Amino acid sequence: MSVKQKDASIPTLPLGAVISRWIGRNLIRIYMVFAFTYLFIPVAYTFAFSFNDSGKSNLIWKGFTFDNWTNPCGAPEVCTALGNSIKIGFVSTIFATILGTMIAFAIGRHAFKGRSASNLLIFLPMATPEIVLGASLLSLFLVFQINPGFWPTVIAHVVFCISFVVVTVKARIASLDPRLEQAAMDLYANEFQTFRRVTLPLVAPGIAAAALLAFSLSFDDFIITNFNSGTMTTFPKFVYVSAARGIPAQANVIGSAMFFLALALVIVGQVVSRKRKVS
Amino acid sequence: MKKISTPYLLLLPGFAFLFTFFILPIINLAQTSTQTRLENGDTGQYEQTLRFANYFDAFIENREQFTRSFVYALIATLLALLISYPLAYALAFKAGKYKNILLVLVIAPFFTSFLLRTVAWKQILGEEGFVVPSLRTLGVISESTTLTSTAFAVVMGMTYNFLPFMTLPLYASIDRIDPRTLEASGDLYANGFTTFRKVTLPLSMPGVVAGTLLTFIPAAGDYVNAQILGSPNTKMITRQLQRSHLL
Repeated sequence: MSVKQKDASIPTLPLGAVISRWIGRNLIRIYMVFAFTYLFIPVAYTFAFSFNDSGKSNLIWKGFTFDNWTNPCGAPEVCTALGNSIKIGFVSTIFATILGTMIAFAIGRHAFKGRSASNLLIFLPMATPEIVLGASLLSLFLVFQINPGFWPTVIAHVVFCISFVVVTVKARIASLDPRLEQAAMDLYANEFQTFRRVTLPLVAPGIAAAALLAFSLSFDDFIITNFNSGTMTTFPKFVYVSAARGIPAQANVIGSAMFFLALALVIVGQVVSRKRKVS
Repeated sequence: MKKISTPYLLLLPGFAFLFTFFILPIINLAQTSTQTRLENGDTGQYEQTLRFANYFDAFIENREQFTRSFVYALIATLLALLISYPLAYALAFKAGKYKNILLVLVIAPFFTSFLLRTVAWKQILGEEGFVVPSLRTLGVISESTTLTSTAFAVVMGMTYNFLPFMTLPLYASIDRIDPRTLEASGDLYANGFTTFRKVTLPLSMPGVVAGTLLTFIPAAGDYVNAQILGSPNTKMITRQLQRSHLL
């Protein structure tokens, strides 16, 4: 009896077994679907509500409109805050990228006394909680009677961006083939020519990536900015302040636009680096 | 001579900057931390002493917020580890030619503003969002239960917002594991679980440690999630700090 049943079940497995076997085989894929859904829920939500015909408070879906996208300055305070954030991000990125790249070359290319101490000094700002960076810097500014505002914020942003620039550029320098520079020297290029014509172009993608990273860190920073910017609003500060009563849909437009812009930049970067590798 | 001085010249401007605006403020902070308030001075008048009891007082006064910060950050870090490990593992070993695209997709959500993401969670988990009504219909939560303004929402926001700090170091260290070591383990009759416990996990330990630190530090120092997703009952220590400095 039992033998007969077993024979019958060999060609067609019971449905439960089929399902559990399928799940077992595709466990990782199923997990990935769940994980990516989780990761993208807030992005999708922000994007969807950028089309909400919401008026002042963007809490409930009221109807579809393109108005927020065609007129992103419809809520004027959003645009002021965005402009400030871009200005701060731009200036901080320039300073952080220059200072950080110089440090990266020193640490990545030279053996000198105090190299490991330098590495530690670079690591420290990344390991310091933002609140400590922000609060301690504000105290210092107040001791010297410097009022919070644009430049104090820029200085604060450069402090925490430098480390990320150093780490990114250093990684690029470490991946360079030293033989390329030796070849340039063998072909009678002097040190400066080698640097300008060989080393710098090879490190450039790393510097570009570091600058993008610095800009996005600066643009997105809230805690340190909140301490050092005084009455100046930035985009994150604006969102924080208006979170309680619901942020205007224009903020969603800007958030979504930033998302697509950053995504496009990353994809272009990937494509370019792949083409370089192929050719 | 020139060879020796080049690195120092390159370091000079950056380190001068970091010294002035990073080291000096921290020294200043440490110095003022042991000051004593003047007996009959105005508010904000302090005398330089070495009163280390200040640390004890600060902890006692804000015991609740300290504990909360620690516990929330710890739970969020553990959750991030649980979510990220399989994800990083799949990216490193199972993604094949889609590896780079998937890696970009893992980081992509974090291109939107941190604050906007947190506000989005507030609205998704809020009364008008789709989660609360559907959970109520399913009977998972009762009619009176809310998700926002709770410790649950704060921890879940922290987990989400600091996820890439966990996923990326984990991915970097799992990606370095030679797949042949896993094959060897299988050839020696270890089953999947044993291979994971004895080979994959130990080899990925540097990533686990780095990810845990990189997630825990910002999570413990965060007050944005607690402020937007929580209530006065979920206030964290950094919020106290922020108030005392800015008000």
